[in-house]
Amino acid sequence: MTPDATTDTIPRNPGVPLAPDWFERIAVNTPAAERRAASLAGRRSLKKEWQAAWLVNAIRCMDLTTLAGDDTPDRVARLCAKARRPLADHILAGLGLDDVHTGAVCVYPTMVAPAVAALAGSGIPVASVATGFPAGLMPLRLRLAEIRYAVGEGASEIDIVINRALALRGDWAALHDEIAAMREAAGAAHMKAILATGELRTLRNVYKASMVAMQAGADFIKTSTGKEGVNATLPVSLIMARALRDYGARTGFKIGFKPAGGMKTAKDALAWQVLMMEELGRDWLRPSLFRLGASSMLADIERQLEHFVTGRYASSSRHALA
Amino acid sequence: MALVKDILITMEYGPAPEAAGEVLAWLKARGRFGHFINGTFTAPGKTFVTDNPATGEKLAEVTQGTKADIAAAVAAARAAQPAWAALPGHERAKWLYAIARHIQKRERFLAVLEVLDNGKPIREARDIDVPLVARHFYHHAGWAEMLADEFPGAQALGVCGQIIPWNFPLLMLAWKIAPALAAGNTVVLKPAEYTPLTALAFAEICAEVGLPAGVVNIVTGDGETGAALVAAKVDKIAFTGSTEVGRLIRRATAGTGKKLTLELGGKSPFIVFADADLDAAVEGVVDAIWFNQGQVCCAGSRILVAEAVEADFTARLTARLAKLRLGDPLDKCTDVGAIVHPVQLARIRDLVTAGQAAGARLVQAECQLPAKGSFYAPGFMTHVAPANPVASEEIFGPVATLTSFRTLDEAVELANNTRYGLAASIWTENISLALDIAARVRAGVVWVNATNLFDAAAGFGGMRESGFGREGGREGLAEYLHLPEPKPQAEAAPGRLDAAPVPGAPAAAGIDRTAKLYIGGAQKRPDGGYSYAVSAGGKPLGLAPLGNRKDIRNAVEAAHKAAGWGKATGHNRAQVLYYIAENLSARAPEFAARLTEAGADGGEVEAAIRRLFYYAAQADKYDGAVHATKSAHVTLAMPEPFGVMGIACPNAAPLLGFISLVAPAIAMGNRVVVVPAQSMPFAVTDLYQVFDTSDLPGGVVNIVTGPRDELAKTLAQHDDVAALWYCGSPEGGAMVEAESAGNLKATWTLRNRDWQGPGAQGRSFLARATQVKNIWVPYGE
Repeated sequence: MTPDATTDTIPRNPGVPLAPDWFERIAVNTPAAERRAASLAGRRSLKKEWQAAWLVNAIRCMDLTTLAGDDTPDRVARLCAKARRPLADHILAGLGLDDVHTGAVCVYPTMVAPAVAALAGSGIPVASVATGFPAGLMPLRLRLAEIRYAVGEGASEIDIVINRALALRGDWAALHDEIAAMREAAGAAHMKAILATGELRTLRNVYKASMVAMQAGADFIKTSTGKEGVNATLPVSLIMARALRDYGARTGFKIGFKPAGGMKTAKDALAWQVLMMEELGRDWLRPSLFRLGASSMLADIERQLEHFVTGRYASSSRHALA
Repeated sequence: MALVKDILITMEYGPAPEAAGEVLAWLKARGRFGHFINGTFTAPGKTFVTDNPATGEKLAEVTQGTKADIAAAVAAARAAQPAWAALPGHERAKWLYAIARHIQKRERFLAVLEVLDNGKPIREARDIDVPLVARHFYHHAGWAEMLADEFPGAQALGVCGQIIPWNFPLLMLAWKIAPALAAGNTVVLKPAEYTPLTALAFAEICAEVGLPAGVVNIVTGDGETGAALVAAKVDKIAFTGSTEVGRLIRRATAGTGKKLTLELGGKSPFIVFADADLDAAVEGVVDAIWFNQGQVCCAGSRILVAEAVEADFTARLTARLAKLRLGDPLDKCTDVGAIVHPVQLARIRDLVTAGQAAGARLVQAECQLPAKGSFYAPGFMTHVAPANPVASEEIFGPVATLTSFRTLDEAVELANNTRYGLAASIWTENISLALDIAARVRAGVVWVNATNLFDAAAGFGGMRESGFGREGGREGLAEYLHLPEPKPQAEAAPGRLDAAPVPGAPAAAGIDRTAKLYIGGAQKRPDGGYSYAVSAGGKPLGLAPLGNRKDIRNAVEAAHKAAGWGKATGHNRAQVLYYIAENLSARAPEFAARLTEAGADGGEVEAAIRRLFYYAAQADKYDGAVHATKSAHVTLAMPEPFGVMGIACPNAAPLLGFISLVAPAIAMGNRVVVVPAQSMPFAVTDLYQVFDTSDLPGGVVNIVTGPRDELAKTLAQHDDVAALWYCGSPEGGAMVEAESAGNLKATWTLRNRDWQGPGAQGRSFLARATQVKNIWVPYGE
């Protein structure tokens, strides 16, 4: 498909020195955030071609992910094949599109090399988690080394996890220093900072950690590893979206957002995109500023799109596995 | 045809229309509607057209209700009422449950019909109105079940006439009909002229569930039909609508004995403090004034924002405004639909233009208005001086005013600088501040960090010129019940008010005694400089001051200055009441002798002491409730004093009648201006010394002796008196009710009774001395 021209020319966020006054007194009213998040899906509805287009867009913005202990190079290669060709040919043809691929493939550092090989020539970036994912409690030296390793293997995006202990203790200076060091280690690779919001627990903490990560130079802020008890939720995403909007208002830099974990359905894909559109605007529906960290969601999207194209309800057994 | 690859570039939402075929087919099949009377539809009479405001197209014709139609409906309701009230609560509960269930089963039909007739967005009808309608019937099925246990001795009123507005047609119907039916009343309901259709669909649902004939009657029509209903032989009028019409109804029902509840207009403050979650507050504005096109009586239409965050808040609000989508109400992506009628649209335009002419600046969404239909682009106005008409007039459209404040005291002052008192919304992360403001704002409903939250279990209703009475919750149900009134007793005819000397009839020997007025804790001579002779059985007792209008004015001012009384603890007020009793007891023989001398019952003194003890006991026990509404919400129902009340005492039981009315009023924190028994005021003027020695703060009780009905009229007409109790003649009661229409004060006209009997004290007196404020506090971190 035709890539749209404004994609991927986002100036990178260089970060700023820690500025606690940007976030220390932030007011976040949780019930109000929950009301807003809950009502959003009812305020916007997508039907027919529009729903199909938005589902295709979700694929374009998807970090197709495998982060399991039993990942193997072959398993990763299979995932990459799906990333290259997420929709069956007849669906693609029915949609009137000639090429759709996912935003990236996201794997563990040791799986970067097989992924890079499998995606050669596709233009699909490989994202690697790093920094002692998912808990992030390895010594900093090792966490930084892991970033350099993944970059060396060919990852062009690094999903780091923040040190939740520092965030929960309010040691923002130390957190800023760590993330800034990670950003430096990532070099040219884009850095997504995973906040593990399910462990930060309050929306105020989420806002503060978001702001510190951006001040330390994160290109993206990301909700979750997928391994916490609670992963991406709409209220958390709302507050992170507002944080990056506020950061943009102060600095002029556009920061990306990646919800991850817990989103499984095509309906989820629409809900998060509506949130982006309503709170941030059109730019945050491009892969340069929005990614969905998901794995099983793609299968549901493909089934919905087949239904759109054929008018018949689909069976996933007829679609290629991820 | 839209192509997926093109949409992928624009990322537009595209059309998402809700299908209206089923409803349009129903309308076509019905064509012209009659009324629903006695379980069946009448043949259509003279009809008028109801339009779809989004297109201007005709939807249906409905019948203009005549006096005869109203009479027939009332007769049907009257005939059905005894059997309906006699049903066991469980049986009425089953009917209400069936209605709730059928509304759920017809939810989409009703939502689409509401959208067509009213113009509101389908999201709101579908996600807010109709679910609340079902919830209301469920909730009141429960009240029907529990009525005998929860309201022992209470009875239904009889036939209720109900008149509802066009902004939430079906929801207002539910708020009216559900409690009435639960309590054992039957109803005649007139839906608004602009939006009669969901009421007619509801009538079909009543028929569908097999509700006994006559229990629910629907008569359509305009204001004249409404006036006919008000004038009909009904036992209660419940009205939701404009303050202007509310006043007419107050006057029309004065002296008829019809119970009245009025839910009227508002200009509700929406207060944003500097420490608020500003994004949340901005969303609050969306749900306040841009909800239902701003056609919401409780809409937060006056945004008051702390100067420290005014610029930030205004910028965020302006950005959010740009995201609103205006258009086809049936489209699921529409935020702002159509204004209900071109007449209303013209009114909004005129008011906004007048506001601009007076210096306000309009910030308006730059949305494309549809080529046809009644649409108005939402917005808000800045630079609104308090004298600007838009600062005080209800616009009833999607336009708020925005004004800044410096301090919390100024915020409260601005918030209360209105004739209305329906709702308030308070935004701050500081719970101490939130509850402080919630207590100080004059509004029947207060939302903390939220707006427009509704639930059947919570009371809704206003203070001041937003009306009186509550809908929802226990307090709402009580409006459809009454306890049997004690038997009226004739009171002595008031004697002549001789202001000229009466020679040849010396009063008692000894030193001459001078009774004065009691204003602000001091004894005052009457403004007019006249006194009148008080006598008993031809025997002169002395001279009493002849109070006049100015004395009332002074007394009301003094009462306002004693505002600390309402903030004192119940325990403090109890102590004062006990102390009054104690000091009265010490002088009991003297008071008894004075009463006996005047031909009254000396036993009044002991009864008065007991009564003071009773209300002292209640002062810290008549308290509120926490309503069970939504999860993670504390919804407090707090009885609050009215503030300054007038009390006109019976011309009988000169001491006990006075104590029976004043004690409950002040126990609840009111300050009172009292006209004591005209023919024997000395039982009360003698009390001044008791008050002075009992730590009663000056201004809490103010006494003006003189012509009761004349002074009561001045109190009724006084805009700074919030409630008025009148015990006297039916004619006087009618006068008090009619004259109270000016500021729509709550009135209670009661007949003289046996003041030693059981009907002379109790919680019902306390309920009359208070109004319930519902405070919603959502919580969660």
